[in-house]
Amino acid sequence: MINEVKEVVTGSVELARAMGVTLKYFFRTPVTNQFPDEPVAVYPRFRGRHVLKRYENGLERCIGCSLCAAACPTDCIYVGAAENTDEERYSPGERYAEIYEINMLRCIFCGYCAEACPTEAIVLEHDFALAEYDRWDAVYTKERLLEPHDPPHIAIRDDEVFVAKAGWGQK
Amino acid sequence: MDPVVITTTVVEIIKIFIIATALMLGFAAMTLIERKTVARFTLRYGPNRAGKYGLLQPVADMFKMFFKEEVIPGHVDRLVYLMAPGLSLVPAIVAFAVVPLASQPFAIPFTEQIFGQPVMVTPWVADVNVGLLYVLAIGSLGTYGVILGGWSSNNKYSLLGGLRTSAQMLSYELPMGIALLSIVLMAGSLRMNEIVSQQGSLWGLGWFIFVQPIAFLIFFISGLAEAGRSPFDLPETENELIGGFATEYGGMKFGLFFGAEYIHTVVLACITATLFLGGWNGPLAEQVPILGFFYFLAKVAVIIFIILWIRASITRVRFDKMMNFCWKFLLPLGLVNLAVTALVIAIISF
Repeated sequence: MINEVKEVVTGSVELARAMGVTLKYFFRTPVTNQFPDEPVAVYPRFRGRHVLKRYENGLERCIGCSLCAAACPTDCIYVGAAENTDEERYSPGERYAEIYEINMLRCIFCGYCAEACPTEAIVLEHDFALAEYDRWDAVYTKERLLEPHDPPHIAIRDDEVFVAKAGWGQK
Repeated sequence: MDPVVITTTVVEIIKIFIIATALMLGFAAMTLIERKTVARFTLRYGPNRAGKYGLLQPVADMFKMFFKEEVIPGHVDRLVYLMAPGLSLVPAIVAFAVVPLASQPFAIPFTEQIFGQPVMVTPWVADVNVGLLYVLAIGSLGTYGVILGGWSSNNKYSLLGGLRTSAQMLSYELPMGIALLSIVLMAGSLRMNEIVSQQGSLWGLGWFIFVQPIAFLIFFISGLAEAGRSPFDLPETENELIGGFATEYGGMKFGLFFGAEYIHTVVLACITATLFLGGWNGPLAEQVPILGFFYFLAKVAVIIFIILWIRASITRVRFDKMMNFCWKFLLPLGLVNLAVTALVIAIISF
């Protein structure tokens, strides 16, 4: 009998504690990120969608050397180079990439292309919303890859501890 | 025919229609309120895409339910299979009939007379002199829908779910009835109006929740079990029984089962408010009936919030534990409570 009473009392206390915990969280603001409306904050070194960079004067950094395609473990990059002429100049050097395609369905976002690039033309930036309605649209062309690409749904995380302690991710 | 009889009948029918519609709307609102509230408890926003703050979510859900294909599996008992959702929904709505919404009959605003006769509208559908008995009787009728649904589906899981649910509902009828008996002893009547006006004294301290806290607890817990609410939502233990008795149901037929559960919850909250929280009682409720209606709604809202709070906090009870709890704890406790109440009343009136 004493045991039963004890069980009832402890059980009631535990139930009350459970209810207290949930009530405490009821008054907090939700942690949900409202994705398309609010930007998602990613870490500074997050590897997302590729971007082909330009120099400050607007010329493309890519010189069409195909080192990225050679470094790619999934063979998802295709570079077709062409000669620069004085009338039509795209990049500072002799050659430029006339065709630059990345198949995003094959890409594994390893970042080897960015490692291999001698001019730092290709960089994995922070966009991760890469869904397409058509499979063929997942093959990104040069026009889509070139700068500027600055979607509104991405923010870069301001992680002071992370940056200060490891010295990573200068903005 | 006497015009008074005709107008009264018409007014009554319109009133019943309004109340039934309000209950169906209450079901729609409950789905949204439940999802929103439980979402807040778990640090989410809940539905917020359909309309402002997701207010159109029930409409979207309703259209989804209506336009789903009506699949009737080949192996079911057709007639019973189609009847079961209705059998489960109707008692849930009908149980609301005896709940008094305000203190006294009122005239329809701006129309003092219809056909030269004053028409007073009563704020309840029926003032049955065995109202409490009616609530219990109709409450158990809902079990038919569940067990027939489970049986006619011709499926092991459905049958088990239906049997389990009906066993749960019938077991929890007993402690509920015994808890209500002590209320009957206190009020000296089975009439809902009488029970409510008995609680009007002492500025709210006359509410039966303060006079009979144990009876309230037993009634509320049994009510949760009977409405199939968490932590006693055994009917739909999806991890053990697929979908319980509703496994073979889809589209609007499932919608009706779903609606029955929610309306059962709303009606449970209404009856709890009536029996234990003083119904329409509150400051000035006797003089201004419309105020009483709002007091009633506020009390119902509080109880519904508590039901959702429990759902967000307490995990589902195992079936045998639940039955143990009913037969070995609630029932003896209710009997002791009843005996003590009877003794005290006998001593006082002696």
